[in-house]
Amino acid sequence: MDYAEVVERFDPVLGLEVHVELSTNTKMFCGCPTTFGAEPNTQVCPTCLGLPGALPAVNGKAVESAIRIGLALNCEIAAWCRFARKNYFYPDQPKNFQTSQYDEPIAFNGYLDVVLEDGEVFRVDIERAHMEEDTGKSLHVGGATGRIHGADYSLLDYNRAGVPLIEIVTKPLEGAGERAPEVAKAYVSALRDLLRALDVSDVRMDQGSLRCDANVSLKPKGQAEFGTRTETKNVNSLRSVERAVRFEMCRQGAVLAEGGRIVQETRHFDESSGSTSAGRTKETAEDYRYFPEPDLAPVAPSTEWVEELRATLPELPWERLKRIQGDWQLTDAELRDLVNAGAVDLIAATVDAGSSPAEARRWWVAYLTQQANTRGIELVELSITPVQVARVIELVNGGSLTNTMAKDVVDGVLAGEGSPDEVVEGRGLKVVSDDSALEAAVDEALAAQPDVAEKIRSGKVQAAGAIVGAVMKATKGQADAKKVRDLVIARCGG
Amino acid sequence: MNDLIRSTAAELAAQIHAGEVSAVEVTQAHLDRIAQVDTAVHAFLHVDTEGALAAARKVDADRVAGQQPASALAGVPLALKDVLTTEGVPTTCGSKMLEGWIPPYDATVTRRLREAGVVILGKTNMDEFAMGSSTENSAYGPTHNPWDLDRIPGGSGGGSSAALAAFESPLSIGTDTGGSIRQPGSVTGTVGVKPTYGTVSRYGLVAFSSSLDQAGPCARTVLDAALLHEVIGGHDPLDSTSIDRPLPPVVAAARQGADGDLSGVRIGVVREFAGEGYQAGVLASFTAAVDQLRALGAEIVEVSCPSFTYALSAYYLIAPSEASSNLARFDAMRYGLRVGGDDPSLSAEDVMSLTREAGFGAEVKRRIMIGTYALSSGYYDAYYGSAQKVRTLITRDFDAAFEQVDVLVSPTTPTTAFKIGERVDDPMAMYLSDLCTIPSNLAGNASLSVPSGLAEEDGLPVGLQIMAPAMEDHRMYRVAAAYEVARDAAQGGPLIHRVPEVSV
Repeated sequence: MDYAEVVERFDPVLGLEVHVELSTNTKMFCGCPTTFGAEPNTQVCPTCLGLPGALPAVNGKAVESAIRIGLALNCEIAAWCRFARKNYFYPDQPKNFQTSQYDEPIAFNGYLDVVLEDGEVFRVDIERAHMEEDTGKSLHVGGATGRIHGADYSLLDYNRAGVPLIEIVTKPLEGAGERAPEVAKAYVSALRDLLRALDVSDVRMDQGSLRCDANVSLKPKGQAEFGTRTETKNVNSLRSVERAVRFEMCRQGAVLAEGGRIVQETRHFDESSGSTSAGRTKETAEDYRYFPEPDLAPVAPSTEWVEELRATLPELPWERLKRIQGDWQLTDAELRDLVNAGAVDLIAATVDAGSSPAEARRWWVAYLTQQANTRGIELVELSITPVQVARVIELVNGGSLTNTMAKDVVDGVLAGEGSPDEVVEGRGLKVVSDDSALEAAVDEALAAQPDVAEKIRSGKVQAAGAIVGAVMKATKGQADAKKVRDLVIARCGG
Repeated sequence: MNDLIRSTAAELAAQIHAGEVSAVEVTQAHLDRIAQVDTAVHAFLHVDTEGALAAARKVDADRVAGQQPASALAGVPLALKDVLTTEGVPTTCGSKMLEGWIPPYDATVTRRLREAGVVILGKTNMDEFAMGSSTENSAYGPTHNPWDLDRIPGGSGGGSSAALAAFESPLSIGTDTGGSIRQPGSVTGTVGVKPTYGTVSRYGLVAFSSSLDQAGPCARTVLDAALLHEVIGGHDPLDSTSIDRPLPPVVAAARQGADGDLSGVRIGVVREFAGEGYQAGVLASFTAAVDQLRALGAEIVEVSCPSFTYALSAYYLIAPSEASSNLARFDAMRYGLRVGGDDPSLSAEDVMSLTREAGFGAEVKRRIMIGTYALSSGYYDAYYGSAQKVRTLITRDFDAAFEQVDVLVSPTTPTTAFKIGERVDDPMAMYLSDLCTIPSNLAGNASLSVPSGLAEEDGLPVGLQIMAPAMEDHRMYRVAAAYEVARDAAQGGPLIHRVPEVSV
């Protein structure tokens, strides 16, 4: 169904489940390393392989990260909570149960305010954030799709089994209307920025360290009860989040409009076609037979510890933007442009390295943006660091570079010629400030153009331009033009 | 019978450490005994001759080099229940499912034994995955009770108890989920201790029911059990349910108790553990034991623990529930039995099903099904939830009782050893064997069984159960040691010396 028609006839309800792999050095319940991309089955031990007799022990750092995430999401932190076993058979699940949390999550009842592209704020209510362990990875070999159906055989890699995960679940999100896909994307994006600021995860959607499952249902306008939902998995980029929600809305709208029934099921998002396809049917609700994990002691963070962790929370992304807007004296539109250009962090780092906000901003949004555009890359991908930009600005302010030379220096850095100082050295770009050398050049120029010299001596100061130009040419542009002019006038008795 | 195999662990250790006998000689004597009688007893699933002799040689070499013994039990042989992992040595849990599995790691108990210089002779037979009270559920055939080879040695740790009673080993390790150390101790005339839950690491103990399982020492004397208890016990960071406090002073308590003076000790007799279903000779032995405790100076009072009546029912919901989840890992994907794995037409799920069908015995399947049912949505509250409430009530009964008395006593099990085959088709009758032992598993407190004599009607051993509060294990050791001295005096020598010679 046409999107416009969907939103005219139906209200979408979203539920977003985000799994975040924590960037702890070791796994959730054992001491195995968590490095991404290691040789299969090299980061395993009796515990994460589920060998008979092996027992779990909680990674304290993961609990700490979970609490910090909960606090940053404005959640309440449980004074006492337990792990639970989620029982189901699957080959990549070494114990055939996942150690997770069920009715006693570590964090619950929070919210995240999400800023949409036009500046409107949408509050996303958070139901819970809980700790669990990741599964291993199945690689289905043979068959066309890489999925289990039609595969010749499957390979299992347990390196990921037991990696700490935090699952963050929203409450049902209503009222987004036609902006539902945008809200979904903005939420995941804001969450990603938040987790990055907390330094708890790599938040790489492409590597699976941040994964989003999108629950979508439609209800006819005016109806109170929710419709049947589907859960779309394998949504591996921000853009896909938006596309998957939009696609599901249209697909469900079409089914409902024909008097059909939505099947409660897991759906699979296909990046190339932008569509979803049916996966496992959930009509017969799976019974995970949850019960409290008897191998682990309850987690009971003291109030003191929680408050200590609260004090370690960094400035949160939206608070930081608010502060930056004030510090840099930006209008809402200017700030949004910087955000959209991906320039905020770069400018801030340049400021941190000693430049003024105005100078740092000017370099990044003007010359450097132009360079990035020419190369067809993102600003952040330019091979120049904020510290290097700050150094260039410093050289200009100190009088050793003119603005023109500064651009040359930046070009040199971008071309891989080294640091700004190395480029200055290598390209011989130095403002000539040795007065005797300059004086000699001026005298030479005056001698070469006696008629012009005479005019200046007779008071026609504007004629000095020709001499200045000659000096600049002779010094290959390295002299400070203003200084040359002063010298010319002084030499001519001005 | 050679003196070395009839000696206590304490005596053997003293001789070895004094250089009067070598650890290799002691070990070889026990290996010879195993070779002589185990075809009839079948206490062992695996005898690690080379490993045992190597460990013994190390103890001897250390002594010659002038080093202090690694522990009070260095050089003494031991039989290890096949539910604890042993690096490089097969661990089957009495199941076809793990036939041929060689663990790549040692259980903490195994590691502590090795570090203490204890010589591990081999792995003992058991009911499959520790589910049973007779060792008849072993996939490798039953173990026979040395007192009467037609009878069961108790279970699940029947191999560990029979090895002691057949003088194949002076020490053994058991695990007790509902009585699997104490009931075998009772029916074989040996000492079996279930320490306070959390004081002996479960790391490497293949789980049956995580919240109930507890490894413990088995021996022929109370002091030997205490010495072994101190070798294997103590905090272990690899087990999150391990208690981070010093182990109760059980050896000192056993030595103190040997003075035979129990004046000032208050002992409670559990009213609920008597009457119908209890064999007359068991009750008579128990009554005589209580009289003996009174004669040693203890104050005897009757105590009621009304919730104990529900313990068996609660246990048979909680233990199978946890087992259904713990045993899910046996799926043919990583280790153990694999049925249908070479057939490309079968899915992973098919292979899992076929393997579990072939690999698990009937009792294990029964409990997996009970547990799966009890945890199912819609039944959870009525079954698992209610059982947990009963568990709380039982703990409260213990708390109230221990406000009045220092320890509680009861028969360990309602009957003496029954005939092999007698209860295999009657699970309920089998489950009743653990009637008196289960409450301490549910509450997590300490409990032991010490022999109290022979039942008049069948001449088979009877056990006295002594229960102490959590982390007060030393109390029951003191009482048991005092009783042991008085019993031997009254009965004309150690009960265990009356075991008939095994006819091979």
